[in-house]
Amino acid sequence: MAQSSTYQRPGPVQRFLGVMRDIAARPSGAIGLALILSHLVLALIGPWIVPYDYTHMNSALMLSGPDAGHWLGTDHLGRDTLTRTLLGGREAILVTGIATPLAVLWGGLVGVFVGLAGGRLDEVLMRVVDAFLSLPWMLKMLVLIVTFGTGTEVLIPTLAFFYGIPVIRIARAATHDVVARDFVQAARARGHGRFAIIWRELLPNVRDALLVEGAMRWSWMLLAFSSLSFLGFGVSPPTPDWGLMIADARGFMSFSPLGVLAPMVGLSSLIIGINLTADALAKALGIDRAQKAPV
Amino acid sequence: MMRQADNPQSVIAVENLGIGFRGRAGGMLPVLRNITLSVGARESIGLVGESGSGKSTLALAMMGYLKTGLKVLDGTARFHGIDMFAQDRRTLERIRGGRLALIPQNSGQSLTPSLRVGAQIREALRLHSALPESRHEARVVELLALVRLPDPEAIARRYPHELSGGQQQRVAIAMALAGEPEALLLDEPTTGLDVTTQAHILELLRDLARETGMAMVYVSHDLGAIARVCDRVVVMYAGEIVLEGTAGQVLRDPDHPYARGLLASIPKLSDTCLPRALDGRPPAPGQAGEGCAFVTRCAIAEDRCRSARPELVALARGSRTRCHLPDQVRSIPLSGEREAGQRSLPEALSLDLQEMAISYAAPDLLDRLLRRETNAVATVDGISIALRHGETLGLVGESGSGKSTILKSVAGLLPPLSGRVRLKGQDDLPARVEDRTGQHLRQVQLIFQNPDESLNPRQTVAQILAQPLKLYFGLAGQALQDRSAQLLEQVRLGAHYLDRLPSQLSGGEKQRVAVARAFAAQPELVLCDEITSALDVSVQAAVLELLDDLRRDNDTSYVFVSHDLAVVKALSDRVAVLYQGRLCELGPTDDVYGPVAHPYTEVLLGAVLEPDRISCPPCRQAMWSNSVTGAGLPLPAALPQTPWPGLRPASATPPKLRRWARDLVPPRRPWQDLTAPLGTDPFRAGGSGWPKGKHSFGEFPQASGYHNLTSEGDRRCT
Amino acid sequence: MFPEWAGNALRGDFGLSANGQKQISELVGYRLRNTLLLASGAMLVGIPLALLLGVVAALWRDRPADIIVSTTAIAAMTIPEFVSATLMILVFSVWLGWVPGIVLTSANAPLADFFPEVLLPIGVLTLVMTAHILRTVRSSVIETLASDYAQMALLKGVPYWQIVFRHILPNALLPTINVVALTIAWLLGGVVVIETVFNYPGLGRMMIDSISDRDLPVTQAIALIIASVYVGVNLLADLLTMIANPRLRTAHMRRK
Repeated sequence: MAQSSTYQRPGPVQRFLGVMRDIAARPSGAIGLALILSHLVLALIGPWIVPYDYTHMNSALMLSGPDAGHWLGTDHLGRDTLTRTLLGGREAILVTGIATPLAVLWGGLVGVFVGLAGGRLDEVLMRVVDAFLSLPWMLKMLVLIVTFGTGTEVLIPTLAFFYGIPVIRIARAATHDVVARDFVQAARARGHGRFAIIWRELLPNVRDALLVEGAMRWSWMLLAFSSLSFLGFGVSPPTPDWGLMIADARGFMSFSPLGVLAPMVGLSSLIIGINLTADALAKALGIDRAQKAPV
Repeated sequence: MMRQADNPQSVIAVENLGIGFRGRAGGMLPVLRNITLSVGARESIGLVGESGSGKSTLALAMMGYLKTGLKVLDGTARFHGIDMFAQDRRTLERIRGGRLALIPQNSGQSLTPSLRVGAQIREALRLHSALPESRHEARVVELLALVRLPDPEAIARRYPHELSGGQQQRVAIAMALAGEPEALLLDEPTTGLDVTTQAHILELLRDLARETGMAMVYVSHDLGAIARVCDRVVVMYAGEIVLEGTAGQVLRDPDHPYARGLLASIPKLSDTCLPRALDGRPPAPGQAGEGCAFVTRCAIAEDRCRSARPELVALARGSRTRCHLPDQVRSIPLSGEREAGQRSLPEALSLDLQEMAISYAAPDLLDRLLRRETNAVATVDGISIALRHGETLGLVGESGSGKSTILKSVAGLLPPLSGRVRLKGQDDLPARVEDRTGQHLRQVQLIFQNPDESLNPRQTVAQILAQPLKLYFGLAGQALQDRSAQLLEQVRLGAHYLDRLPSQLSGGEKQRVAVARAFAAQPELVLCDEITSALDVSVQAAVLELLDDLRRDNDTSYVFVSHDLAVVKALSDRVAVLYQGRLCELGPTDDVYGPVAHPYTEVLLGAVLEPDRISCPPCRQAMWSNSVTGAGLPLPAALPQTPWPGLRPASATPPKLRRWARDLVPPRRPWQDLTAPLGTDPFRAGGSGWPKGKHSFGEFPQASGYHNLTSEGDRRCT
Repeated sequence: MFPEWAGNALRGDFGLSANGQKQISELVGYRLRNTLLLASGAMLVGIPLALLLGVVAALWRDRPADIIVSTTAIAAMTIPEFVSATLMILVFSVWLGWVPGIVLTSANAPLADFFPEVLLPIGVLTLVMTAHILRTVRSSVIETLASDYAQMALLKGVPYWQIVFRHILPNALLPTINVVALTIAWLLGGVVVIETVFNYPGLGRMMIDSISDRDLPVTQAIALIIASVYVGVNLLADLLTMIANPRLRTAHMRRK
């Protein structure tokens, strides 16, 4: 006698909310999530809440200290530091926000494919990946920038390309782990099609590893993006950007330390927020994530 | 060191010990409760229990050691009167590894990988031995010889990873002996070793105990192993001692319902019945409730058992039992009553394997793309087996003998190099699973060893069962749900299991789900790959019963692979014995297990450990004593005077057989021990009289000359 | 074109730069020396410090010492180098005035002239490198502490510090050899940013300058040098691991 049973698995939305709840239940995760969310909200509504236009220059007030009109003072061109700091993450979030999913997607697809194909194809490709990873990231970025120039339309594919390569490794390793397990063999022996096996047996088990990897990639990409901006290869000048602001205000540190400190706080809080969230996510999904060097 | 044999004072004394950990709710949850136990000099005690019973925790507590998170709640553990939990680090360091030594469960991981084996033993000597430093080198060699390792000088220079599992275990024993301990704690020392290796380690331990007078505490889930080594046995259940008595009492006719149930659930070679399942599972720490911890699984439980926890009471027979009803306990039968098998089998064939040869080296993608030929060597060869409709074939052999390889090949996961697979006398099955039709696939189902691996952790039971039902029968909606629920009923799980994920099930429940998934296809043939070896014995018996039920109801044929000969015997109509990828015996179960067997089968049977030695057939007993006294290789007591059926007469002469049997012994295993002289006092003699380098066995002849087997029931031997 | 250039490069001749028409090998020589000064300073201080702090943090896990060390390490790892470098200039140079914040010495000056200007860049580089290595050392030691053989050594009666030095550290520090190599590689990337922040006349800043000037020959030459240093370091690490790890050693000998 069959009891009536509602054996519906929770839908993707519920699962997402469940994971979010799990992250928020940890103190570090809650802080991280709050930091990320406030940066995202700021990036969306920033232009409507800032006190000044970010290009507005006040030649009478160059490098002024904090006062009632300019809470964080002004920069060397007399622009409001608070305004520029609040808006300074928009470009970075936009570029990395597009590039990160792209990187995880292409790296993940290639990784799963090689992981499944196995054999010598896998070996050869992994040698190539290793060789590529073995070069300092800055060198690789700079070489591409020399070749293709700078600008958002170049940076997005460049970052997506570079940061997808280590994802190949992760996806391949996760695929190998899953494929070796008997439930995949059991599905093969039952006679399921290849795509059914990939879709039902493999991807749900690889997905989590990729999610955590994606979160980490995001933080490293931000790091790379702001470093490039700082060096003058990222965002072009009138646009406010933390890396660029620090580079500009560096020369005037002794007169106006807030000019460097404000964008530093902006950038660091976002990166730390992402890292805390990624850690909590890994724990929520039950993935043991060792600290890896940013490659 | 002189010790009085009848010293009444105990070496290890545990009193009212309770150990627990802090639960999520904040309270302390006990893993051990009211443990009182003493071990006298020269005594060897076995601690038995299923996983989670707290037996390892107790053994480590005797050394004053607790795993992180555990705390002593009350009581003491004393060694020669020294309270081990009240000592400072220095005192503990002096005792541990010296007067009180441990032989760990997994020596492969318990030996430091960066240090040579000799250095690790020397370290123990430096810390605990009175010998001058200059003699240590020689003593290391003596100790390694004492544990019967061949060429001890060379072994001492090796790193742990360069040794086999059995050798690592021997090194761990040598290390424990370095401090000339008064008591030895053994934490599942033979788990994970092959049966033959296990038999030799046990024999070594028993001799050591006898010759040195050490007290021993032997922790194991394996009653058979305990029976070989121990005088007294303590049975643990849910963190309590439930029974204590002499080995004879506990292993033959125990006075506690759990111990009886456990004994009945173990398959034995002498049994004609299926082992009896012990349903239910032990309570989790803190869940035991007011009454007896075993009450939910007990056949004779009364109201009193539910309300009051029984004390450990001494019985007239000398044993102590934790049961309110010691007088009624003996009414619980010690063996199953269900006859296995014995069905009349039709002539129709279910599976027909012809001259299968299989290799593990599968061509990879690049080879396939380039259409290159790979030249592989067959790891399994010459396998011809016919299986009748509804028949169960047992496939036995040691690890690496190719048992699982054959199953994978039949299932199409590993295409054979040559040979044919036929199903129900029809045309040959395509070799690759991708080329088989839906009907083919449906009829052959495979169940894997470890359900943790074979069930997708991300799918609910409903999703798992839905896969074959959708694929083979196109079921959907209510029909799918009804059929899934019905399948769960068949494997004695309720429909409410449908929503669960595998992580929410116990090991036995998971394996039932895996069985239900196989039977969802309504298969002709089910391939069972060691499907009970990851389970506790009481759960194993339940799965065996289930398999028996299902074949009665569905007329299914089984190929049942196991390394455990007793399990295979319980279920099989016929048995095939594999050695290094070749069939060496195939016949009806009773014949294969009968008094005259193929020499390799004899070797395997001789290594089977049974809790109750008396119930072994006489020839096995003789063999066991043969192998333990080292009188020679285990050979059938009486060799046939007439040639066996199917054998070429000239080749069946005993001397040749003897040589063959010797060569048959797996190479690179420490079988050499068998011919080593025993009985010398190793501490006095210092191992100096140890013969070296005279035992080297040739490689096993690669199946030369035994390809001429035609009919069933034959033995292959040149 | 390229093969010829590569062949000459092997002999140390990188050709002429695009704008100044100078010998690149001449330009690069001093810069390489300066970068090596920076990197070796950071390694000399950073590697021993990282090993020490990592082991200490692991042995006193979850105690104040570990919490301070680990938190600092995570902060140093996650925050971009140019941020921490700028912050350190602000604190140590602008506010405290202990060391100069900007390097004004020219590229071909004697090494001694770089002191004390080089201290702050070395400090930043050391901080970040130490953080990376320390994290790995810490988790590796913690993992080894939980191993069966560490437990066995304890139950064999080996005193605590002997367990640490004989049984744990040799096994725990082995995998860090490769991490050190990886970190050095990372350092070569990080050095570009740090040299720019401090205006330090090393290879990194030269590379940024050459890219800004679209001076392809110089960029190419520097890329080659950095890549070969990287490959060399990794090779060395692999060799060291192989020598130190009995497992790998015997595996290779067996293969013959």
